[in-house]
Amino acid sequence: MLDIQAQLFEAKDVRFGPIDHETHPEIESRWTHDAEFMRLMEIKPVRPLSPMMVKKKYEAVEKDMDEQKNLFYFTIRTREDDRFIGKALIEMVDWSNGNGYLQIGIGEAEFRRMGYGSQALNMLLRYAFGELNLYRVTAVVPAYNQGAIRLFQKFGFVEEVRRRKALHRDGEFWDIIGFGLLNAEWREQFNGRG
Amino acid sequence: MKDIYCGTLVRLASFSPEVMARNFLKWDRDTEMQRLSDVVPTQLWSEKKIKEYVEGWKESETSYRFAICPLEEEKFIGMVSLWVSSWNHGEAWLGIYIGEREYWGKGYGTDAMRLIVQYGFTELNLRRISLGLHAFNERALKSYLKVGFQMEGCERGGFLRDGVRCDDYVMGLLREDWIAAQSAR
Repeated sequence: MLDIQAQLFEAKDVRFGPIDHETHPEIESRWTHDAEFMRLMEIKPVRPLSPMMVKKKYEAVEKDMDEQKNLFYFTIRTREDDRFIGKALIEMVDWSNGNGYLQIGIGEAEFRRMGYGSQALNMLLRYAFGELNLYRVTAVVPAYNQGAIRLFQKFGFVEEVRRRKALHRDGEFWDIIGFGLLNAEWREQFNGRG
Repeated sequence: MKDIYCGTLVRLASFSPEVMARNFLKWDRDTEMQRLSDVVPTQLWSEKKIKEYVEGWKESETSYRFAICPLEEEKFIGMVSLWVSSWNHGEAWLGIYIGEREYWGKGYGTDAMRLIVQYGFTELNLRRISLGLHAFNERALKSYLKVGFQMEGCERGGFLRDGVRCDDYVMGLLREDWIAAQSAR
């Protein structure tokens, strides 16, 4: 039976919210000055962004969500005080094949390693499989991002692709790992509820 | 200096939007070819729209697209391209198709592959080249292996057509492996 009462955007300690164009640019601008965080998240060259640049990015994100219909973007907030601590998104959704790419990041350093990313991924998967009806999701992770690798493995993701030495940072070469999770695998594990 | 655009069966060439649009108009009708070479739903576009689309290509500094021409004849039989996904890491994605079916399975595609890979490593100075293909595309797989690409993974059920789920492969070729193979030849 359809569990219509389930709240898709509420977890134990965190919730999903929309972008707040007034207060979030300042906060995310601060995260972009954290090179460690940015290099865990991004493959393209990292650079600090001003609040105005982040604001422009948000506008582009919402324009894409509205017009392309292949991007689903959430901000992660603490339930306690609605504080903006990270983001979770499904992008490049390929509707004809039922595939989408996931990204999750906790930008506020003090909220890392508390299981909040895990709660956010749980919601994101339920949304991808229960709301968008995707057949599969993909997460692309640098091989040095041990935290992300552990998180995706915990949720049953399978290592599918390893682009050898695709990253070159600080004079070292790293693989880029593609993790995949099928709707059917997720359903079997979490009984369709997450 | 050697002609890096010239192989043993084909050469890589520039193209005008008008001429290429007429080729695409014809090739777009071949849904087998479209489904073999892409993941997006096959569609039919007007000559005007295709021409505008092709004109847009020349503004890009991350994509390098060439028409494939047989040496013996002044005509286009397909396209081959590199999209640089990250200059900082030296990686690009390769895409190729032969639109003219009578040139399938005769080595023309493989010859074009050798040229574009050489272009990627010696002109763009890439560190690695990546590509994706549907698992059922055996002709492509054979060609990519011949050029030196190695299997790097399989995205399970990444492609759905006619109700059938198919896997997609990802392959990669590293600069050092390509150079070692060149000097061994």
